[in-house]
Amino acid sequence: MDPKETKERMKIPKQVMPEQDPGERVKNFFEVPYGYTAEQAMEEAKRCIQCKKPLCVGGCPVNIDIPWFIRLISEGKFVEAAHKIKESNGLPAVCGRVCPQEDQCEKVCIIGKKGEPVSIGRLERFAADYEREHGEVRIPELPKWSGKKVSVVGAGPAGLTVAGDLVKKGHKVTVFEALHTAGGVLMYGIPEFRLPKKIVQSEVEYLKRMGVDIVLNSVVGKLETIDEFLSNGYSAVFVGSGAGLPYFMNIPGENLAGVYAANEYLTRVNLMKAYQFPEADTPVIRGRKVVVIGGGNTAMDSARTALRLCPEEVSIVYRRSREELPARVEEIHHGEEEGLKFRLLTNPKKFIGDKDGRLKAIECVRMELGEPDESGRRRPVEVKGSEFCIDADVAIVAIGNGANPLIPQTTPDIKVNKWGNITVNPDTGRTSKRGVFSGGDIVRGGATVILAMGDGKKAADSIDEYLKTGVW
Amino acid sequence: MYEITEKVELAHTVYLFKIKAPLIARKRKAGQFVVLRLNEHGERIPLTIVDSDNAAGTITIIVQEVGKTTAMLGDMGAGDNILDVVGPLGRPTHIENFGVAVCVGGGIGTAPVLPIARALKEAGNKVVSIIGARNKGLLILEKEMREASDTLYVTTDDGSYGHHGFVTQVLQNLIDEGMKIGFVVGIGPIPMMRAVSNTTKPYDILTMVSLNPIMVDGTGMCGACRVTVGGKNQFVCVDGPEFNGHEVNYEELILRNRSYMKEEKMAMEELTYHEGAKCYDK
Ligand SMILES: Cc1cc2nc3c(=O)[nH]c(=O)nc-3n(C[C@H](O)[C@H](O)[C@H](O)COP(=O)(O)OP(=O)(O)OC[C@H]3O[C@@H](n4cnc5c(N)ncnc54)[C@H](O)[C@@H]3O)c2cc1C
Ligand SMILES: Cc1cc2nc3c(=O)[nH]c(=O)nc-3n(C[C@H](O)[C@H](O)[C@H](O)COP(=O)(O)OP(=O)(O)OC[C@H]3O[C@@H](n4cnc5c(N)ncnc54)[C@H](O)[C@@H]3O)c2cc1C
Ligand code: SF4
Ligand code: FES
Repeated sequence: MDPKETKERMKIPKQVMPEQDPGERVKNFFEVPYGYTAEQAMEEAKRCIQCKKPLCVGGCPVNIDIPWFIRLISEGKFVEAAHKIKESNGLPAVCGRVCPQEDQCEKVCIIGKKGEPVSIGRLERFAADYEREHGEVRIPELPKWSGKKVSVVGAGPAGLTVAGDLVKKGHKVTVFEALHTAGGVLMYGIPEFRLPKKIVQSEVEYLKRMGVDIVLNSVVGKLETIDEFLSNGYSAVFVGSGAGLPYFMNIPGENLAGVYAANEYLTRVNLMKAYQFPEADTPVIRGRKVVVIGGGNTAMDSARTALRLCPEEVSIVYRRSREELPARVEEIHHGEEEGLKFRLLTNPKKFIGDKDGRLKAIECVRMELGEPDESGRRRPVEVKGSEFCIDADVAIVAIGNGANPLIPQTTPDIKVNKWGNITVNPDTGRTSKRGVFSGGDIVRGGATVILAMGDGKKAADSIDEYLKTGVW
Repeated sequence: MYEITEKVELAHTVYLFKIKAPLIARKRKAGQFVVLRLNEHGERIPLTIVDSDNAAGTITIIVQEVGKTTAMLGDMGAGDNILDVVGPLGRPTHIENFGVAVCVGGGIGTAPVLPIARALKEAGNKVVSIIGARNKGLLILEKEMREASDTLYVTTDDGSYGHHGFVTQVLQNLIDEGMKIGFVVGIGPIPMMRAVSNTTKPYDILTMVSLNPIMVDGTGMCGACRVTVGGKNQFVCVDGPEFNGHEVNYEELILRNRSYMKEEKMAMEELTYHEGAKCYDK
């Protein structure tokens, strides 16, 4: 690109993504941002200067050819752009919405050195939405069946990616999912207003049309075990069972009615549609004063979900200060716009119930930041004698998840680390058990959708190789 | 879809269903349960697998109508389909030869006791069973329990049948008579399980109870089913459902199970409204 054009392009302002007004959206579960129009997408795409050595690609965990797909968008070739992305990322409509681009591709985008980086995520979302909405999703030609079958445990992003890649390589794949819907955290955890469930389901439909067999209501380890798979015709197994074991704080009163783990709260509302109760049968306590404990994305999702159930007040209790909040800046910003309060440098000590065992208050203590800890963040320490009470009838504990123990329990020859995460060779996804591969949150602990998908891709390649060579 | 192949009314608002689920039928062991969801809007509710038939590929469940979902299930019949059935969940009952094993079932709790009584018998135990209900009309599975046990005692709260009184009185009598009991399993309403545990505690008899907290996923992912046992948090769906009855915090469980009283009533009212005349004596 000649320097003059580069200069011109750098003058184009970042396109603002239109979104629902905060006052309105806090009363509904519809998606917050509307997405770019075609004109905006083309204009934003022109901001990319088509670097010869694009840093963004290195920042992307699955190395999407970013400048290429952006160029296609700038030329109005939206469907082609979507196809380009799909060469490296099977779920662009999902990733365009939930990836932390500010820590990945957009963090290193050269335009970001001087101003705002190119909105790579929004463009990815645009291309994927355009393709889906215009009915132009194409099913690739599949090679002849290799004669091999692979089973996949868990239909989260890791498992779905493995399945998609392996059918494209000619193998038969059956995905076993414990819940009544495929999608993993994308369905039960991430709220509708951030990731509409119909988008996840259309990705799942796409895989099914490609020939992936998905068996729901199948808890592997309980119904069938991995050893049974291996002796009943499956040549390899991929375990993508996720990090679905909620942690609690183990403080007094944590089992009072009204105290939820974020997983339960979000599952009730997202998967079971409790926000539509009583039309949907599953209830959730809406509460008057809702307190969410934790500062990560799960806490933000819980808090913003709670806001939409119309209580008087929703607040976040977090033991460090604003700078240390691990949640995405965009989420914090969205939450604040919607009326979310932050009680920083505050830590719960105990939950207090009424005579019926229902939560009525939380005793907290003030914190201050001391010396840096292993993570490099300053360690929060209690301020002696600073205890105080917050009124609350719903508390949501969002302090993280551990590894789902079911597979390791029922397949003891799969090695795990001291936190229960399956240990694998990071280059191949191979576990300690012959023929068994793993990836995603069950290996990494709570990580991200794109890392789970990256693991899935790598595992699919190495499963393919194993199926061809038989060498372990 | 999981087809209902048979329905039998066992007592007022208590039904037995056979459901086609061949793989679950083959895998399930005594003490395990399923979670089912009737339709797209449905709640996920746990129900014990009472029996299975490998040849027919069916599992048997016994349900008491207590709220919206169980009432809707109660209205279904042979040929109808249940949208989702997942299982077998939970850990199987630990079965060994304890010598004399006493199986105590209260109300609908007799349903989950039956497969355990059978398994204990098969393992060589002398099985003494005590089943109770509020009145004769609500008593279930008497014949099956008699077949599964060496001795069966029946109690009703109102004296309309069998021994007049509570199951725990019979249990206390057996202990007082000097029966060498190696193991007790008690399943029923929470206060009854607490009473059974209190009865055996002074004699240090190993006593297992099967807890029935509110569940959502049933796979250990949500934490809804947590109870305090021996001072520790346990997830009933994966660590249970059976626990040492002497260690369970029953008060906490009772209060937690009341979390949605308001909502449950609302759901039920809505259902009765839509269904018109059907009446429930809840
Ligand atoms: C509330 C919340 C918000 C998040 N927001 C973001 C975000 O904005 N951006 C982002 O990148 N990441 C986000 N994450 C993290 C991201 O969702 C996960 O890293 C990702 O989903 C992991 O994918 P996975 O396939 O490894 O596991 P999961 O998505 O957890 O899927 C595992 C699947 O396996 C099934 N399963 C488990 N055990 C069995 C078994 N024995 N048999 C059969 N099936 C089984 C489970 O039911 C589940 O469906 C969020 C997580 C949460 C909880
Ligand atoms: C492991 C286990 C095994 C069980 N086995 C049987 C059985 O074999 N037969 C039987 O009739 N019942 C059994 N139950 C209880 C049964 O699950 C509840 O009666 C049913 O969920 C009530 O749903 P509902 O919508 O009809 O009533 P609701 O109006 O929702 O509730 C009525 C009562 O049921 C309890 N309850 C509500 N939702 C749930 C839920 N999701 N999980 C558990 N309890 C709930 C509530 O505490 C309330 O007291 C079992 C429960 C557990 C945990
Ligand atoms: S780094 Fe930025 S400007 Fe360069 S190619 Fe990537 S998106 Fe375009
Ligand atoms: S029901 Fe969700 S963890 Fe047990």
